[in-house]
Amino acid sequence: MNDRRHWIYSAWSGLLLGLMTLFVLNIGLMVAAVATNSFARRWLGTWLPDGYTTNWYVAAWKEFQLGDVLWVTAEVVLTVVLLSIAIGVPAAYALARKTFRGKQLVMLLILLPLIIPPITYGIPMATVMYQAHLGGTLYGVILANLVPALPFVILVMTPFIEQIDPTLESAARVFGANTLRIFWHVLIPLLMPGILAASLLVLVRTIAMFELTFLTAGPDSQTLVVALYYAVFAAGVRAPQSVDAMAIVYMALTLVWLLIALRFVNPTQLVSRVKDQTTAGAH
Amino acid sequence: MNAQAFARSGWGTDTLLLVGPAVLFLVLFFVYPFAYGFWLSFTPAEGAWTANYQKFFSDEHLWRTLIITFQLALPVTILNVALALPIAFQLRRKTRYQRWMTAILVIPITLGTVLIAEGMLTYLGPKGWLAQFLSLFHVYDGPIRLTHNFIGVVISLVISGFPFAFLLILSYVTGIDPVLARAAATLGAGPFNQFRHIYLPLLAPGLATTFCLAFVQAFSVFPSAVLVGAPSGPTRVISLAAYEAAFEQYDYSMASAVAMIMGFAQLIVVVAVLGLRHAFYRGPAGGAKG
Repeated sequence: MNDRRHWIYSAWSGLLLGLMTLFVLNIGLMVAAVATNSFARRWLGTWLPDGYTTNWYVAAWKEFQLGDVLWVTAEVVLTVVLLSIAIGVPAAYALARKTFRGKQLVMLLILLPLIIPPITYGIPMATVMYQAHLGGTLYGVILANLVPALPFVILVMTPFIEQIDPTLESAARVFGANTLRIFWHVLIPLLMPGILAASLLVLVRTIAMFELTFLTAGPDSQTLVVALYYAVFAAGVRAPQSVDAMAIVYMALTLVWLLIALRFVNPTQLVSRVKDQTTAGAH
Repeated sequence: MNAQAFARSGWGTDTLLLVGPAVLFLVLFFVYPFAYGFWLSFTPAEGAWTANYQKFFSDEHLWRTLIITFQLALPVTILNVALALPIAFQLRRKTRYQRWMTAILVIPITLGTVLIAEGMLTYLGPKGWLAQFLSLFHVYDGPIRLTHNFIGVVISLVISGFPFAFLLILSYVTGIDPVLARAAATLGAGPFNQFRHIYLPLLAPGLATTFCLAFVQAFSVFPSAVLVGAPSGPTRVISLAAYEAAFEQYDYSMASAVAMIMGFAQLIVVVAVLGLRHAFYRGPAGGAKG
């Protein structure tokens, strides 16, 4: 009896782990297929291409103006990281340390952009941006990306701030330091690991943020992921290999930063920062 | 006097300087557009103030998008959560396998749907590796159509949604103190009973949150509905209708109305799920840690 139950349990775990492995394997093969195609001279209905070439990367670089696109991507991402840290860290500090009237409301304001999907608020946001003549410009793209990035920084930073012993700040205050000086000389050095983690996570998320950039970007302000979308969209016009080459460039760029980020943070932090807050707010 | 009352509420100069910029930014670029969009949706180019909404629910080309989006998002979300729950439970103990799996599964989430779509077109296309593999083993010899249709969008939503649901549920599962399960085990509970009587009740609030977040994401599917779907018919989702109204017809009023309907539909499902959770689950919520 017990043996049979044990057997069923083993079969069940085997099945689940098998499913999981199959899932991961197929994603791996998917990436491998894109990579192979991007180096393929000609690949029609066989297991592997006839020959290999790096010409598609040269073609993609020219056709899709990858140089310009990468430059725009770097400008957008760096500005978003810097601004979200500069505005988000002080706000996170106030929310972690101080009590004030309407704090719940401020928390809700910070959570909503992370819970509501970008495409839902992106359309009215893009409308306002175009009316303010920000739509289609680099500034518009940066401001749009800042909307989810800023709340994300605040949520990532809050536990880091809560870990710091408040007596350190009190001691600094006793010696006459004001909030600005406390920030600069006490908090920022202690918070460096948290700031680094938040920056890397925002960086990865902003590189991959499609919807908001897509809705607010003009021809000169496309980031790499939007340029990739247009390339896939017009796939009939371009050689599929050069689109795949571009996909590999995008993937490499994202993965490098993701791997660096994973050295400093738990993978679940990329998705589940929202969850602690929503459950805390639910009761 | 007034300044004192202000200070007593906690809004001293310090707090104002610290939170002020963040609040101001979010009000300007998140709250204001939403409020403006709400107002704009009731000021159509012509007709009565509800003209946009009337048009949406009377024009089949438009109201169908709402049904299509539900047909896509609901089954996919149920599938993702139902798959993620037992697998996350299996991997509840900290092992090397668990660490590797979580690290690997972050990748499809981070890469985003545009890259997944391009990968699917190459890998699942009629001459891709999967088609070749299936015909090699004579599993299925007919033409393989996994892209440019409804199934294609479902697959893309599983690829991006399953890891998301899994990581979220895993973080809830690992938050439950294993001592509870061990206590049940000493009383003779096997893995299934531990799951049924210890984990499931404690996970209920987390599952409700996961379902909501996963649903909202699936419901706002956009790039993959265009790239691996059939955007003119079977996968013309509601976000596509909103996009077309805004950027192809330049009818921002109509686009805002569609966006509001989209937000409202998501809200209804979220409220329903959280309501169900309250109906089924009573007791200390989230008191799992420690």
